[in-house]
Amino acid sequence: MKYIEEFQDPALARRLLDDIHATVTRPWALMEVCGGQTHTIIRHGIDQLLPSQVELIHGPGCPVCVTPLEVIDKALEIASRPDVIFCSFGDMLRVPGTGRDLFQVRSEGGDVRVVYSPLDALRIAQENPKRQVVFFGIGFETTAPPNAMTVHQAKKLGIPNFSLLVSHVRVPPAIEAIMQSPSCRVQGFLAAGHVCSVMGVREYPELAARHRVPIVVTGFEPLDILEGVRRAVRQLERGEHTVDNAYARAVRPEGNPAALAMLEDVFEVTDRAWRGIGVIPDSGWRLSERYRDFDAEHRFSVTGINTREPAECRSGEVLQGLLKPHECEAFGTLCTPRSPLGATMVSSEGACAAYYLYRRLELGAVPAAATAPTAASAPLEASPVV
Amino acid sequence: MCLAVPGRVLDIGEKDGTRMATVDFGGVQKEVCLEYLPDLQVGEYAIVHVGFALQRLDEESARQTLELFEQLGMLQEEFGDPWEQAAAAGGEPWPFADDPAPVPGPGPEPAPALAAPQEEVQP
Ligand code: SF4
Repeated sequence: MKYIEEFQDPALARRLLDDIHATVTRPWALMEVCGGQTHTIIRHGIDQLLPSQVELIHGPGCPVCVTPLEVIDKALEIASRPDVIFCSFGDMLRVPGTGRDLFQVRSEGGDVRVVYSPLDALRIAQENPKRQVVFFGIGFETTAPPNAMTVHQAKKLGIPNFSLLVSHVRVPPAIEAIMQSPSCRVQGFLAAGHVCSVMGVREYPELAARHRVPIVVTGFEPLDILEGVRRAVRQLERGEHTVDNAYARAVRPEGNPAALAMLEDVFEVTDRAWRGIGVIPDSGWRLSERYRDFDAEHRFSVTGINTREPAECRSGEVLQGLLKPHECEAFGTLCTPRSPLGATMVSSEGACAAYYLYRRLELGAVPAAATAPTAASAPLEASPVV
Repeated sequence: MCLAVPGRVLDIGEKDGTRMATVDFGGVQKEVCLEYLPDLQVGEYAIVHVGFALQRLDEESARQTLELFEQLGMLQEEFGDPWEQAAAAGGEPWPFADDPAPVPGPGPEPAPALAAPQEEVQP
């Protein structure tokens, strides 16, 4: 248990782990939906502390990763226009479209600005009435309400030069798509806590019952993950499949009613493509009819852009839990965080990047330690990946 | 961006007809919209995501989370200079010291974004 001392409360971590070890009698595969959870799991080696029968499969919950290539290309095209100030969260700067990224657009003279909040973009629009200000609206159910409120404000205050490039995605249809895949191995879900802070848990009981999978609402701190796993394993061992809230300090069952009402007003459900996966029915939001004027795709006529993803990349399988990152041939060689080929290496919260970031030396050291100790520090690129 | 960080409300005001607050995140202060938690009061804690308070949190949980984020460098990730971070992510070989490369400064300097694969470590 080499990492356990790094836990915030090592004694509690040990108790949770002991309980999981004592409960497990058979192999179980759980999927953590949220990229933040994947990050925590890999960073703290939680998957290695768990009994070998408990496998954690990484889910698709990284908004930066799943934003489709063609949406990035649309963003790059809009951001390159001289009349546009393009505002984005910082973690979209390095996401490659076809051949370049926002960082490069800025170096070529595009006015790309990083904002902390979408409301900052709205303020920029107020201060620059002669220019078009576009905000890159990506993210799951946690990020959609802030963006919805911003568009609502733009309409209320009559700010005509603001628009939103929308690529919002929803978690439950992704869970549905994962469960419907013929090769699906997932037997239980750790649901994304902050998504549930907004949405509550109302969408989950039906999913849990129909697919007979426990769904445990889980936070993303190390102890939260252990507690989520513990509750999911307990249900599985007893043959139960209910929705359980292990993140009650931040999730009320009803979610956030004000945010839900705003989502309902500003957005409508639509089919959406996920980078690496393809179109999932009803898995996204777009601006509803009343707010269509604020849709950047229409304002800048970029609806026709279509792009293809690199063929070597298997991030679709990674995102659906069918493949572990290091099982991809390109991992760490053709594909690295510096030159990512696919969705899951693109963001530091993606599963491939998390493996690269925290497991690179370790994975390299496994075969090396067994053969020649001098090669123990060999970088992963040089070693057969286990 | 994924991160939602707990913070403490310092003061509450109004801007363009919207309830706004100054919120403290372990030393960093930001303007935060309270429209989704309209009854949040000064001194209370909430989970804040991209400038919006989304759910109340008790003080103890908030403190613990902030402490953990601080230790893990996640507050720096959330509130640090994004251009600097993007330059580092694109121009530097991720945070591994065994792969020397020029350290790009902050700002628009184009780092070798889609660098050729041979720039990665080849022993
Ligand atoms: S390592 Fe790179 S190429 Fe392979 S699946 Fe991950 S993102 Fe795609």
